[in-house]
Amino acid sequence: MELDDVPQDHNATLGGYRKAVYARDAQGRIQVVPSTGWEVEEIVTTQAADALRRQAEEARRAAQAGQGSTLAYWMYERRMDVALLAQGTGLWQWQVRRHLDARRFARLDRRALERYARALGLPVETLLSCPGAAPGPGGST
Amino acid sequence: MTAFAHRHAAHCESGVMANLLSHHGAPISEAAAFGLASALSFAYLPFVKINGFPLIAYRMPPKAIIKGLRRPFGLRLRFETFSNPEAGQDRLDALLAAGQVAGAQTSVYWLPYFPPDMRFHFNAHNLVIYGREGEDYLVSDPVGEETVRCARADMTRARFAKGVLAPKGLIYTLESLQHPRPAPAHWRRAIARTCRTMLAPFPLVGVRGMRMLARRIARLDPAAEHSREWVGHVVRMQEEIGTGGGGFRFLYAAFLQEAAEAAERPALAAQADTLLEIGDAWRMFALRAARMIRAREPFVPGTLAGLLNDIAERETQFFRQLRRVAA
Repeated sequence: MELDDVPQDHNATLGGYRKAVYARDAQGRIQVVPSTGWEVEEIVTTQAADALRRQAEEARRAAQAGQGSTLAYWMYERRMDVALLAQGTGLWQWQVRRHLDARRFARLDRRALERYARALGLPVETLLSCPGAAPGPGGST
Repeated sequence: MTAFAHRHAAHCESGVMANLLSHHGAPISEAAAFGLASALSFAYLPFVKINGFPLIAYRMPPKAIIKGLRRPFGLRLRFETFSNPEAGQDRLDALLAAGQVAGAQTSVYWLPYFPPDMRFHFNAHNLVIYGREGEDYLVSDPVGEETVRCARADMTRARFAKGVLAPKGLIYTLESLQHPRPAPAHWRRAIARTCRTMLAPFPLVGVRGMRMLARRIARLDPAAEHSREWVGHVVRMQEEIGTGGGGFRFLYAAFLQEAAEAAERPALAAQADTLLEIGDAWRMFALRAARMIRAREPFVPGTLAGLLNDIAERETQFFRQLRRVAA
């Protein structure tokens, strides 16, 4: 890649960051060049982030309809899956899977809720609710 | 507060080690740190899953760079992990209070200064913590252009994230450094090791791993949405995850250019130029894949597989030649 070929496509996914890429200058020396992004990366990053947002949105709708727990929503909102949440809480995967069910989740005691809240980085009150509308682009905060 | 010279890098681990070694009197580039540790690689591991996709790595596993630099520089490193976050935070604070700087392994997800779309649960990120002001750490994260501040609570959370490759609060400090300038033989040996990896007689590693990946891509169902996500995952691992472009090929080319002098093998400069061209072929592969994902051209897995096979063939020739030149 030559210096002039370094993409400067202002990727939205980079949030204003510039990343370092390596390219050859006019003297033939390879050096570090800051890049505002390449459209190709934006396409594949958006694709991956959208897949995660889709999961969170489905879980949010299910929770509002009473067909799933708010835990399921927050798990996906935090870009986790059952395996990761199980590791974060020290529970078994089958236990986490059970708690994705709204009725079983409603029966959890305070200690169990705190355990999930800690792993997800949330206050317990937040864990028990979920937003009414779809979260905006950008996902987690 | 310690003065710490921050430099922007393509890849976290090579960037951290280049900045740490420079801080301790061995001024080296990121490319030299990457190459001397023989970090370039390729592996396609279908049985290791990341979010349901196979692991595709363009470099050696995490910590290979940190450990690979011990021999050439005669480093003594101290690695510390902790059973609980409080102990880990106290120890880091004590080191900083004593004027030391520390490398740390963290999750990417829990670092608030990362752009939201780049925050995935990846636990083998590396950065340097070089000071503390009140409740903030001063952080040199090499994938950023400038140093940043990070609240202590957030950093501790990132250091003690759970899951695959959990960092367990790992911090590493440099205790001593014997050879600020590694001998030419170390440079040559590092290149030989990379050639051996890339030409390894195992089906999942090096150029054979690329051919295996090409065969897998050729079998993707062009009609399935999942196939597009599969290909997108390959491109993300190659370009988006801090590789400096072309799956580290451009970064390694920069190393070969430096090695022409440092290894006393001037012919390596021409090898660097050849590898730049191969890097461009990787970029072309990524571009075609992205166009297919966005349906700007028909999704034909066989075309992508063909491009990948061509690259595997060129790299086979390249690493054979490189082995001779660096000998």
